[in-house]
Amino acid sequence: MKSTTFDQPAKDAAAPAVLRSSRASFGAFVRRPEMGSLIGLVAVFAFFGVFGGENFMSSGGAASWLNVASELGIIALPVGLLMIAGHLDLSVGSVLPASSMTVAIVSGYNHAPMIVGILAALGLGLAVGFVNGVLVIRTKLPSFVVTLATLFAVAGLTLGLSVILTGSTSVALRSPPAAKLLLGDYVGGKFQVSLFWWLAVVVIVGFLLNYSRYGNWILAMGGDAVSARNAGIPTDRLTISLFMGSGLCAAFVGMAQAILYNSAQVAAGQSFIFNSIIAVVIGGVLLTGGYGSVVGIVLGTLTFSIVNQGIFYTGFDANWASLIIGILLLLAVLMNNTFRNMALSYAPRKKVRVQP
Amino acid sequence: MKTPILKLTAINKSFGPIDVLHDINLEVHPGEVLCLLGDNGAGKSTLIKVLSGVHTPTSGTLEMNGAAVSFSSPREASNYGIATVHQFGGTFPLMTIGRSFFVGVEPTKSWGPFSIFDRAKANAIAVTAVRDMGITRIDDGDRLVGGLSGGERQSLAIARAVHFGAKVLILDEPTAALGVKQATHVLRIVNEAKRRGLAVIFITHQVMHAMAVGDHFAVLIRGAVAADFRKGEKTREEITDLMAGGETMANLEAEIEAHQATHDGHAPQANA
Repeated sequence: MKSTTFDQPAKDAAAPAVLRSSRASFGAFVRRPEMGSLIGLVAVFAFFGVFGGENFMSSGGAASWLNVASELGIIALPVGLLMIAGHLDLSVGSVLPASSMTVAIVSGYNHAPMIVGILAALGLGLAVGFVNGVLVIRTKLPSFVVTLATLFAVAGLTLGLSVILTGSTSVALRSPPAAKLLLGDYVGGKFQVSLFWWLAVVVIVGFLLNYSRYGNWILAMGGDAVSARNAGIPTDRLTISLFMGSGLCAAFVGMAQAILYNSAQVAAGQSFIFNSIIAVVIGGVLLTGGYGSVVGIVLGTLTFSIVNQGIFYTGFDANWASLIIGILLLLAVLMNNTFRNMALSYAPRKKVRVQP
Repeated sequence: MKTPILKLTAINKSFGPIDVLHDINLEVHPGEVLCLLGDNGAGKSTLIKVLSGVHTPTSGTLEMNGAAVSFSSPREASNYGIATVHQFGGTFPLMTIGRSFFVGVEPTKSWGPFSIFDRAKANAIAVTAVRDMGITRIDDGDRLVGGLSGGERQSLAIARAVHFGAKVLILDEPTAALGVKQATHVLRIVNEAKRRGLAVIFITHQVMHAMAVGDHFAVLIRGAVAADFRKGEKTREEITDLMAGGETMANLEAEIEAHQATHDGHAPQANA
């Protein structure tokens, strides 16, 4: 591609000098897409800080919601990327227990080396993601339907195969110390090591979305898949890769849970289907794609986890947590719409007319 | 006479039994604006889609600079330097100006072992390109495309096509959704593209806009070129009349009356 414009002298010599960064002013800061989720997080934290008392604010309290956030966050980030690209992945809810069972059956029940079980579990996540991606591309069905189908298919396979292979729906797993230390231990007796893995996923996904060209591809594909393809973006490969990413991360959490709890159950993980979507949507990602940020997803994950765990530190009945989450979700989406419209209407204060 | 950059000879396009384009012959020259006029359903959109690689013609030849070409995809057409800008300009309203300008061709710089998207460079080039085309209100590449006015979005899309070396610029009803003032901005940009030596195909059904920038006019009626003339050869009234059907319309009315007289008052079937 040849540049044809830079050779020409700018009519307005001051033009390049007026380039501004949107981060410079307070107005621009308020218009950042994650502003709505930040306000939500602060409000929720303040609420439970007041009603949850000292226990909620203690390191034990922090650990309880951070641990939940870390597992949810590892899945919510790649699911969020998919949603920005215009897709959904519900199958994470059955990839997680399938991966738990895989590592437990391979390394626990059959006594294969731990690394084999871990690789088999992660491979399973990649494989389900690949199938999701290919099905979405080939059938052109909405990914909601495709991944709903694979959600049930994988759940059925997991249950069926577990019973055939082990005669049981839960399998014990004894991990070697190295695997335990890296994947399923508590730091300081309270904080799960998955927190560090979550940080790693934040860095990787943040890099992909904000600093690599793939981020631009994902945003463009979510905005308009046909135009993106016409612009030369390999949308098919990108779609498959993103589904493999969410499959891999769901499998990672399932595998780490099996190592943490020393056993695997067929029925774990269903809660992650909606929880990941809720975290992503609270985080300001547009459900129809094309808009969202990593910081927002992280804030949404924290908000969700605080509500989910914070309720136990208040005097309220824990049954009310879902009600709060429902209301919060609605408020968050409304607020995010407002902030998105503010971002759209953002214009420089000084209006310059088109040159005559 | 010099070789046209794009030449259509006897282009036909049918979808199954329905003929949409009949024997289209057209020439487009660099530094000229060809205005494609016609009512809704006259085949303008189909013709654009043939030119931009969305549809392949059923028969006929397409030549670029004298050599026969055929496009199997929009990507291939754009590799030949044919860029299409649709009515609403950029299709990524929630992306920033800098990002949407470089979709698919992102500038990168290396950062250790990684190659990272060069946001500052993308923004600077995009803003400069748009300002060079005369839209000076855009000065921040981090603004979202959806926050721009319709005219600004058109201008951004045109600036993008020009920047990436388009030789033939197809503008699909760029002024249809715009107010008078906004439309004037877009027309000014069309002129700027022409001044830079691009061939512009300007699709519209607003004769005023066509007269303002066109060098060469073609009127499409029911899939055929009903008139092909150069600037100054016809008045505005004549063109409007042509677009509305003109003589063909009068013929048609006579035909329908004759048909109704012999068929108990039933109108003839379309495409019969």
